[in-house]
Amino acid sequence: MSGASSAVARRIEAHLARRRRWRAIEIVFWLAALGTILAFPSRAALINEIVIAGLFALSLDLILGLAGIVSLGQAAFLGVGAYAAAILASKDLGDPTLGLAVGALAAGALGFVTAPLLLRGADLARLMVTLGVSLMLGELANRSAWLTGGADGLNFSMSPVLGLFPIGFTGQRNAALYSFVVLFVLFALARRLRQSPFGLALAAIRENRLRAGALGIATGWRIVAIYTVSAAYAGAAGALLAQTTQIVSLDLFDFHRSADGLLMLIIGGAGYLYGGIIGAAMFIVLRDVISAATPEYWEFWIGLLLVALVLVGRERLRDIVLSRAALVWPKAAGRGAA
Amino acid sequence: MLTILFDGVAYGMLLFVLASGLSVTLGLMNFINLAHGAFAMVGGYVTALLMERLGAPFLVTLPAAFLVPAILGIVLERTLYRRLYGASPLDQVLFTIGLVLMAMPIADYWLGAEARQVHLPDWLSGSLSLYGVGISRYRLFIVGVCGAIAAALQIFLVRTRFGAQLRAAVDDARVANGLGIDVDRIFAITFAVGSGLAGLGGALAADVVGGVDPSFPLKFLVAMLIVVTIGGSNGILGALFGALLLGVLDVAGKYYIPSIGAFIIYGVMVATLIVRPQGLFSRGDGR
Amino acid sequence: MSRPALEARGLMKQFGALLATDSVSFALQPGARQALIGPNGAGKTTLINLLTGVIKPTEGHVVLNGQDVTAVSASERVRLGLSRTFQINQLFPHLTPIESLGLAISERNRSGADFWRVAGTRAAIVAEIEDLITRFGLEADMDVPTHRLAYGKQRLLEIALALATRPRVLLLDEPAAGVPEEERQDILAALAALPAEVAILLIEHDMDLVFTFATRISVLVAGRLLTEGDPETIAKDERVRAVYLGEDGHG
Repeated sequence: MSGASSAVARRIEAHLARRRRWRAIEIVFWLAALGTILAFPSRAALINEIVIAGLFALSLDLILGLAGIVSLGQAAFLGVGAYAAAILASKDLGDPTLGLAVGALAAGALGFVTAPLLLRGADLARLMVTLGVSLMLGELANRSAWLTGGADGLNFSMSPVLGLFPIGFTGQRNAALYSFVVLFVLFALARRLRQSPFGLALAAIRENRLRAGALGIATGWRIVAIYTVSAAYAGAAGALLAQTTQIVSLDLFDFHRSADGLLMLIIGGAGYLYGGIIGAAMFIVLRDVISAATPEYWEFWIGLLLVALVLVGRERLRDIVLSRAALVWPKAAGRGAA
Repeated sequence: MLTILFDGVAYGMLLFVLASGLSVTLGLMNFINLAHGAFAMVGGYVTALLMERLGAPFLVTLPAAFLVPAILGIVLERTLYRRLYGASPLDQVLFTIGLVLMAMPIADYWLGAEARQVHLPDWLSGSLSLYGVGISRYRLFIVGVCGAIAAALQIFLVRTRFGAQLRAAVDDARVANGLGIDVDRIFAITFAVGSGLAGLGGALAADVVGGVDPSFPLKFLVAMLIVVTIGGSNGILGALFGALLLGVLDVAGKYYIPSIGAFIIYGVMVATLIVRPQGLFSRGDGR
Repeated sequence: MSRPALEARGLMKQFGALLATDSVSFALQPGARQALIGPNGAGKTTLINLLTGVIKPTEGHVVLNGQDVTAVSASERVRLGLSRTFQINQLFPHLTPIESLGLAISERNRSGADFWRVAGTRAAIVAEIEDLITRFGLEADMDVPTHRLAYGKQRLLEIALALATRPRVLLLDEPAAGVPEEERQDILAALAALPAEVAILLIEHDMDLVFTFATRISVLVAGRLLTEGDPETIAKDERVRAVYLGEDGHG
């Protein structure tokens, strides 16, 4: 720490270290989230949904926000993670931690295998490849009824988390807490990853792939790596969803799952990792409020929001919000001042 | 066997008309319009409602099924879409998903969630036998109409001045502008024609898929995207090839190997993207 | 004579019917200060892309420090000591100079470079960032996002980034292009202060800069090497004059 001799070196050190510390507002954010779960046990199911959707949107942020890759097929990994956990549980291996690990690993493996497809072609081809893979998997799950239950889904029951806390319909608050802990741990990992040289290399690839390559960065492998991690995160979200709701169905692979995840991330803002979680909360609360008033038409308002968001300009909107927030959150403001 | 092949071709032709507009905006102009299916829905509704409410004959409704979405297309293009031509793919995706999300509840609100049927006239119902091959009259009609449209589009794009201007504008809008081509106008007209064709496709498809309902914009989205993906940036011919391949594979696959189902077509799409990321038909250099 | 740092042996590149590079051979000695000049369309950019591995030659070889790297990828060539700058700035607009340089450095010494918090590595990286920052006079702007830097500063960062990969061969693609007059001096000073042991190939239009900097000049015309020699010889060469006068006649 004290190796720095000159003022310039100290400034460099401080500049590099500024990303590392947890800011007060971040700590407040997490405590508030935890407090919400404890304070509203009757809303635990909704909160659980938000937490899991937040994790799913976070997985998208890893590829979109960090590496600049747009995917329309993230639902593939959500579905694989969910079905892996569900199949395991239906075979009487109902330990949630095991299912979570297996779900994340299965999805990560799939991500690793399909990632090379992303390296060919430009954005457009990537959109189609990711979409195509998720559709293929959905169809595969549909046709493999012997394993997945096909259109009927699967029935299974879960053991308590760590053998202590029962989750499911009788333990919805436990379920929400379980999801929350998983989200927090994975978030902290993602946060660290974003600050590591690896994360910086991803930023470089996103900002200028040509130059990143000219610095000797093997851009292809970095993309494969982050896509794999992102897939594992989405798989973890799927596993949580399966375990806490004890339902899996084919709609997990649907296009609208991928689209919803993307919308949540965009609403919350991509690139600073909190966006997915904030967006998920806004999206689901909004859906809940609007659909309470007009059940069939809530999509309309989400659509309107999106159109407005794009027309006003996501960057500009985020700048406005962040310049307000800059007083309390300089880091995020620095990122958003595009 | 021939019947299946013919059904596949008919389905492919239908997909072609639905996707031809998209193949130009996405394949040539590189604009990702996920709301293309909404125009197909409008066309389907126009035909269904004109027949239901005014008792108009099926054939008479078809021009309207083209015109209404075309006008809607030109209005939306002038007011909204054009702002996003240069935008990032992500913005285009978000924007057009937003439009779809709006279009579906609007249809639901006005017309209800239940499907509106298009009742075919007698002369298009049933099937006839050609050399011992049973062929549905309506599918024959579809092949005829769509084939004529494909031929007309190809001639239009390759032979006419407008076609040349469009190709120039797509290739490099700035240079085209410099040559005195009104790129704005070209794009607007192209967009309108593409939307109109989607509407016509929607009207023609309504009977095949059991009516028009608010989920129509998403129903064909994936198939249309696959068509354009396979066709790549080669415009009409590429899209026609993609649509026919998809139609035949889909129908034949569902008939002969039902256990695999839609897997085949998704597989073909992904395989295409692996082999030629810019589409099977695109020139080797890619863009 | 010692082993050349970079060698082109009969490089040939064909784009369809167009022969963009036609049997180009030359050698760059360690520590050389060589310039590559030629009129627009002479194939300078193609030649750089061939040398750095962005495109593969139709025929011929690229040899880096005695190793044939013709089949080696562009990013691997960087690791083997061949770096370049770009005619049009290729920077990371939303990263700061510190971050950009830190990235380039930790990418180079991949051992233990994955996390800055490993203390020993970090001190070494910080020291190296500091060295580059002070060498190129970027202290004032080092923690500001790159896109807010003045153009001349961005040009300097462009060179600093290339240097951060510790190259033995550095290709400078028009380093002074577009730099306003008042900032030009900084670029010239930075070029003059480049490490002596690094072999440099300067691709430039600006003849003043070429003749101040280079001790050897190669002239590329229509994809072929027209001639090569010391600045005085080149300045007197009738064919070179003809090529440039011819170009003036067009413009």
